[in-house]
Amino acid sequence: MNKLSIRELSLYYEKHQALKKISLDVESNEILAVIGPASSGKSSLLRAINRLYEIDYARITGEILLDDKNIFDIPISELRRRIGLIFATPVVLPGSVYKNIAYGPKLHRRLKKSELDELVCDALKAGNLWDEVADRLDDSASRLSGGQQQRLCIARTLAMQPEVIMMDEPCSGLDPISTAKIEATMLELKKDYTFILVTNNTKQAARISDRTAFLYLGELIELDKTQKLFTSPADMKTDDYIRGRFG
Amino acid sequence: MKDKIAEKLLLFIAFSAILSLSLITFFIFQQGIPLIFKAGLGNFFSLRWAPTRGGFGILSMVVGSLMVTIGALAVGIPFGLAGAIFLAEFSSSTIQKTLKPVIELLAGIPSVVFGFIGIVILVPFIREIFGGPGFSVLAASIILGIMILPTIVSISYDALLAVPKTYREGSYALGATKWQTVVMVLLPAARSGIVAGIILGMGRAIGETMAVIMIAGNALKIPGSILDSVRTLTSTIALELGYAAGDHRAALFACGSILFLIIIFLNIIATRITNRK
Repeated sequence: MNKLSIRELSLYYEKHQALKKISLDVESNEILAVIGPASSGKSSLLRAINRLYEIDYARITGEILLDDKNIFDIPISELRRRIGLIFATPVVLPGSVYKNIAYGPKLHRRLKKSELDELVCDALKAGNLWDEVADRLDDSASRLSGGQQQRLCIARTLAMQPEVIMMDEPCSGLDPISTAKIEATMLELKKDYTFILVTNNTKQAARISDRTAFLYLGELIELDKTQKLFTSPADMKTDDYIRGRFG
Repeated sequence: MKDKIAEKLLLFIAFSAILSLSLITFFIFQQGIPLIFKAGLGNFFSLRWAPTRGGFGILSMVVGSLMVTIGALAVGIPFGLAGAIFLAEFSSSTIQKTLKPVIELLAGIPSVVFGFIGIVILVPFIREIFGGPGFSVLAASIILGIMILPTIVSISYDALLAVPKTYREGSYALGATKWQTVVMVLLPAARSGIVAGIILGMGRAIGETMAVIMIAGNALKIPGSILDSVRTLTSTIALELGYAAGDHRAALFACGSILFLIIIFLNIIATRITNRK
């Protein structure tokens, strides 16, 4: 079943067109990797899906369906609860580790203190961070290391009980060990969530994704099973890119 | 070579600024403090102010200054913060570019003009609606509150704009509305800048003299309500320094010293609040 269906999606920043009639489906419980060189529209695609492009005064045409329902027919806060977004640089909000996790759930519903405690604990465990911060919940979140901050952001998104988790180069600033931890977390969570992973690291896409989409200058060049795309791509441009000949 | 000269010159200028400040401080304390000990602390912090006949009680003026300042903050903080939040988060860039200079211009209006507006409009208005003399804590608070608005608005606005864009995106991406983002993310993140703006505003309110003399009524007693007349430390100095001599003059400098200490004390409290995590 398709979790997300994108039909003829174009996105414009004033005069510049960042996405050109993209159509693709995202299946439930898969990790879809999106690769492509700089300014190929990878981030714009994610920002279109959770309507974050609106704060940049961008416009879109085309259709995006979440569970066969147009995203514009879903209240925006519900849409963003169901589709989480993790940024390249971890966005740690002011305040403690606990407050960071509790922020999302508190926006969407009233919770008792005990329920919230449990939710925070579960989210941190699911984000593979609990063991490292269990005794530091009241510390300022900005004191965590870069890798911990990124896992905090993942845990914060998990605490909202989303359906789709989009990641925009989540490991770009991280060391190999932190990267491995985040990849392990994603593979564990795959059974309950759907992932869209934008990455500049083609090896990462090859390691953990089920299918891979190659974007180039705002166009979808190719979308296929990851193994197929990396071993025998149909398009020359894809081949060039994954072999590192450009981009 | 030229660098060396420029460096020495700048050093000299910087030091002369600091030097003149320390000289002023020294002068005020040197003139005022001896009187406090001569009169005795009991006399000094009493209610009887008759400086030509040995009564040096400044308590009612200290209370007056504090009441007027708190009143000014009660008016200035909510309006100032609301203005800054509106400008930074809820208005188009055209509105921002028009309103920001206008608000900053407000800071350039001489205080005597504010006092005049107070006498002509606010005082009669308070007299008719609430009764009493009209010249009151309330009138002074409102006028001072308006006078410190530009400081609070423009510094808080800059602090809000300085919050990284990623905070907004992160908050929106979690499904927060604009208002939730402002209250739960932006205000905490901009807190130190906002408190700095409030401190500066507070300094202006407690030090303001002309407007307060014109509309506060200047009666020498602790006000029983916000509709009563009030006299501040600064008003006393300005009103009496012209004819004061001897101990009376020293008593006014003592008022200045106390004012100085109050401002430093408030600043320390405010910085503590800012730094607390």
